[in-house]
Amino acid sequence: MTDVATLWSYLATTPLIWLTTTIVAYLVADGVARKLGHPPWANPVLLSVLFIAPVLWLTHTDYTTYFEGAQFIHFLLGPATVALALPLWDHRETIRSSVAPILLALVVGSIVAAGSAILLARAFGLPMEVLLSLAPKSTTAPVALGISEAIGGLPALTAVLVILTGIIGAITVTPMMNMLRISDWRARGFAVGVAAHGIGTARAFQVNPVAGAYAGIAMALNALLTSLIVPVLVRWLV
Amino acid sequence: MLQTLGFLLGFQLLGEIAVRGLGWAIPGPVLGLALLVVLLSGFPALAERFRPTTSVILANLSFLFVPAGVGVIGNLDVLSDDGLALLVILILSTVLSMLATVGTFIGVRRLTERQAP
Repeated sequence: MTDVATLWSYLATTPLIWLTTTIVAYLVADGVARKLGHPPWANPVLLSVLFIAPVLWLTHTDYTTYFEGAQFIHFLLGPATVALALPLWDHRETIRSSVAPILLALVVGSIVAAGSAILLARAFGLPMEVLLSLAPKSTTAPVALGISEAIGGLPALTAVLVILTGIIGAITVTPMMNMLRISDWRARGFAVGVAAHGIGTARAFQVNPVAGAYAGIAMALNALLTSLIVPVLVRWLV
Repeated sequence: MLQTLGFLLGFQLLGEIAVRGLGWAIPGPVLGLALLVVLLSGFPALAERFRPTTSVILANLSFLFVPAGVGVIGNLDVLSDDGLALLVILILSTVLSMLATVGTFIGVRRLTERQAP
């Protein structure tokens, strides 16, 4: 028994165990999703989290300890964002021919994403700092946290709302677009990229490469636009 | 693979340096993305060399969000008493935003395609 305890106290201090747990959880989640034919509700991020959370709870591991291992994965979000240059480059011809729909849909979608969040938060009578934390929820996490801080929100709350938004977008996009009989992969991908940033983009790549490319463009452009739009909308709508 | 990783990290670094230097409100990797597209337009042959690595990264993009997702579980108490209201707002606002985006995209595409000679 002491051996197990010694082994555990050693492992608990290295990043290895939580790095491995994260990879195994994702492989299981992705395997399940694949076997089921990637249904929207079997979101691999959500499933992985549901596998890992009880393990952390049972081993009394706090998030800081977990993140010492998981940070190596989290870090790769940066180079992965840069890698979105490739699909953008591959689809440059169709992108060039749809500049007008891209730019107008970006402006409308970005305003609706932030504006509807602000108005709904007011209708629900949420406290001001919660409302301000909610406004930038559709943009990628580093941008959203910066905006939240600048306008007087709570960055920790914004971080949670951004991830939840991504998962909600990734789960709802396919059934919604199918119900509306929208078959244009450019439009479908672009919509989920504007509304649900990287997690939505990951879903789009799962469904169709053109949708993935357009989601990537939408996410990158919305990172630019949201930081300009949110402070203005807050001044108008609050 | 290492060469591609070197380019990706290098362009992220360039992006980080530039946004900090210029005081821009965009993340370094997003500017790095734009700079890499500029590089590809100058050297299109590089795309073939990058593709094996970048396609693996992008095919597993969901994986990279798992640590942040686990962070949400650990931080759910920040939602405090507003949890249910926030969930309803997030669902409505996300769906509205997707509807507005897809509607505008398709509407404008139809208009511009009709005008094209």
